[in-house]
Order: sequence, then structure tokens, then C-alpha cells
Amino acid sequence: MKRGIQIIKNVPVRIAMLAIVFSAIAVAPGRAESLAVRNCTWCHGASAQGYSPAPRLAGQRYQYIENALSSFHTHKRDNPFSKQYMWGAAANLSGQTVHDLAMYFSTLSPKAADDGDTGRVALGRTIYQEGMPDSNIVACVVCHGPNAEGVGAIPRLGGLESSYLRRRLEQWGEGYHAAAGPPMPGIASKLSADQIEALASYLSFVR
Amino acid sequence: MRSLKALHTGEETMDVSLRHPETMARNVRRGRQIVRCVGLQLALPAAILAAVFTGIGRADDAGRGSGGNVQAKISYCKDCHGPSAQGYRGFFPIPRLAGQQPEYLENQLRAFIEHRRTNNIMFNVAHALSPAMVTALATNFRDLNPAPIGGAPKQLVVAGKKIFEDGVPDANIAACAACHGPEATGSGQIPRLAGQLYPYVIKELTNWGKERGQNSARPDTSAIMSPVAHSLTRPQIEAVAAFVSYLK
Repeated sequence: MKRGIQIIKNVPVRIAMLAIVFSAIAVAPGRAESLAVRNCTWCHGASAQGYSPAPRLAGQRYQYIENALSSFHTHKRDNPFSKQYMWGAAANLSGQTVHDLAMYFSTLSPKAADDGDTGRVALGRTIYQEGMPDSNIVACVVCHGPNAEGVGAIPRLGGLESSYLRRRLEQWGEGYHAAAGPPMPGIASKLSADQIEALASYLSFVR
Repeated sequence: MRSLKALHTGEETMDVSLRHPETMARNVRRGRQIVRCVGLQLALPAAILAAVFTGIGRADDAGRGSGGNVQAKISYCKDCHGPSAQGYRGFFPIPRLAGQQPEYLENQLRAFIEHRRTNNIMFNVAHALSPAMVTALATNFRDLNPAPIGGAPKQLVVAGKKIFEDGVPDANIAACAACHGPEATGSGQIPRLAGQLYPYVIKELTNWGKERGQNSARPDTSAIMSPVAHSLTRPQIEAVAAFVSYLK
């Protein structure tokens, strides 16, 4: 009986706490409105871990996401899926919403896709960590970091889906454009199909 | 290495920057300050410098006619160091090569190969280069002059300028200008610092003894900087790095 009264006494407090918690969800993650987030996770996966062909957003560098959304908005990034999905998705986003979404997704913990070809991982690691000096291919690690974590506007690559990584690397050499300028177009165009497959496989396992 | 041979014969203890008449003309008073600082401690480094300065121009001729793939290799350098070799802020800071002294670049490329300077990435890069290619690449960046990429805290510049021009007499630290020149353009094996990336200069000065002069069988000019890098405090390093990063 005593305990029951205690519970009843506590109920209004708990409701009040819940109300605070829920209102915090709506505004706290960089003021990203839950509706806008849902518009992204519809394709990018409920926890933003990617849902092919839409890449993982969780843990991506916020400046990279901002630049990507801006490049969809201006139609600079022009590969087929960008045109089909992201041009429309980014068309009416305000600068503030872009920033808030980018901040929100950058704070989520990324999970590795682990979906590459294990037989190609060794070559991929070599290219990533050491480059191929004889072929004038630079080491990815210098800019993207030892664990492919990215920094600033340079994207995290570790653990992205291998199919996404492969297509992005191929598209630099196919004449499509992206937010990033030099040096990526020049570097990626030097890679052979085998090297691209190896890099995409390796990176899908990196965390 | 010819500079090291000369090291044992050189006896100069004068500040070498005074050899440049324009330095004196520009600021005699500053010159005297520099001498005061430098004269305290730099007998050996000055001897090395004397040797270094005599080597100017040597790399100049070797760069010509070094094969058809020089352009491809230069483009490879620029993939990381920037399209105008202005440097790039990747996960690691990638230094500016534009306007750099050819002899310094050549010495550094050889230092990577000879394990005098440790850097896995640059060892891989340099290891694949023929001696002729090393020379050709080293001379290539001298005439580039892009604007510095900036980004350093501007409030540090004033303090950095003072250290650069006057040194830190209390800590027996010579003026940077004494060796790197009043405009921080360097000379011979002494590198240009003007426009160099702020995080790169910080990384080098804080990491000097762990990165340079690592092959005891082949001592090199990096020894000149060791006491300076060791004596500078972190705030002093940041100030000097900020100052030089904005110099054009």
C-alpha cells in the first residue's frame, strides 16, 4: 500500500521527465527536426547505417555531409542516383536544416558493412596504406586517416558498403562530378578496375 | 655528403645572413640583434651552414633532360601536395613545396631513402625514385608561388614575428631569420618557411628529434635545428608556425 502511494506520487514527476526527454529528442541533435531526419532514414536505413544504394550516414564527417547536400542542391554532383534521388531531396533544404542534419548524422555510431571480397583485402590495404609509388598512385591514408575515419570535409570511408565505394571510385573516371575538387578526380581515374575492387573490399571492413 | 665533409673544415662563427647585403641594408638594427643571439651558440651549426650555402645552384642543371615521365611524377606529387604545391590539410598536414629550396627538397627526398628522416609514406614515395628523378623533382617547385593556404590563428602572429626576428634570448634560442632569412625564404639546405602550413610546422618542431637525424651513420643538417626545436615551448612553436604560415 505504502509502495503504491509512492508510485502514484512519482507518476507526475516521471511524466514530466518523459516530456523533457521527448522534447529534447526533437530539438537536441543540432535542432534536426525528427521529420527531416526521417526523410533521410527512409532510404539510408532506420539507423542511418546505409541501405544500398543509399550510403551510410552514421558517423560521416559533418562538413562532408554539408558539402554533399550542397552539391546535390546545385546539381554539381551528377551521378545517376544523385540525379534520381538526391537532387530532389536536397532541393528545398535550408542552410540551417542542412547543418542540423549533418551534425545529427555525424554523431551516430557507424557500423562496418563488412561486405567486401576477403580475397582482395590485402591488395586494398596495401594501396590504401602505402599507395603504389611505381604507378604514381598516392596512399589514401594521408588524407583519409589510418582507420579511414576522415577529417573535416574529407569523408570517413571505413566500413562503407563495398558496392557504394566501388561505384564512387568508378564514377570519378567516368566523367561524373562530385563536391570534392582536386585531387580525387585525378587520383581515382588512375585506378584500375582490380584496384578499385580491392580498395572497396578492404575499406568495407575497416572500423 | 659534401656539406658534411666541409663541416669539419669550416670555421665560420659569423651569422651567415649577414652575407646578404640586402639584409643589412633592410634592417641593420635587427641584424645586430640576430648576431647577438646567434653568436652565443651557433659555432657548429654556422660551420654547417657555411658548407650548405656553397652548394647553391648545384641541383639546377641536373633537372633538365631527366626523362619523359617527370611530368607524371610531378602530377603525382601534386595529388597530395596540392595542384600548385601549396600544401594540403589532409588527415596529416601535407607540406607546401611551392617556392621551396631545391637543395632542401633533394636532401629531404634522400633523407627518406637513407632513413635519416622517418616517414613511411614518403619513404615509399622516395624509394621508387631514381637519383635523376630526385634531382628533377627537387628543382621543379622553386618557381611556384601560390598564396599561402592560411588558417592559422591570427592572434599568434605578433608573438611569432618577434620570435622569428629576435629569437628568445632568455632561452638561448636564435632568431629563425638568422638562418631562414628575413623573408623566411631559406637558402640551400635551409628550407623556405614562408607560407608553410601551420599544422605542419607545429608537427615538425614538436617531433624533430623523433623524425629527423635518425641515421647515426649519416649525420645531417637537421642537427642544426635540434637544440632550437627542443628549447621552444609549445606556445612559442605555435606562434612561430602561425607567423610563417602567412608569409608570402
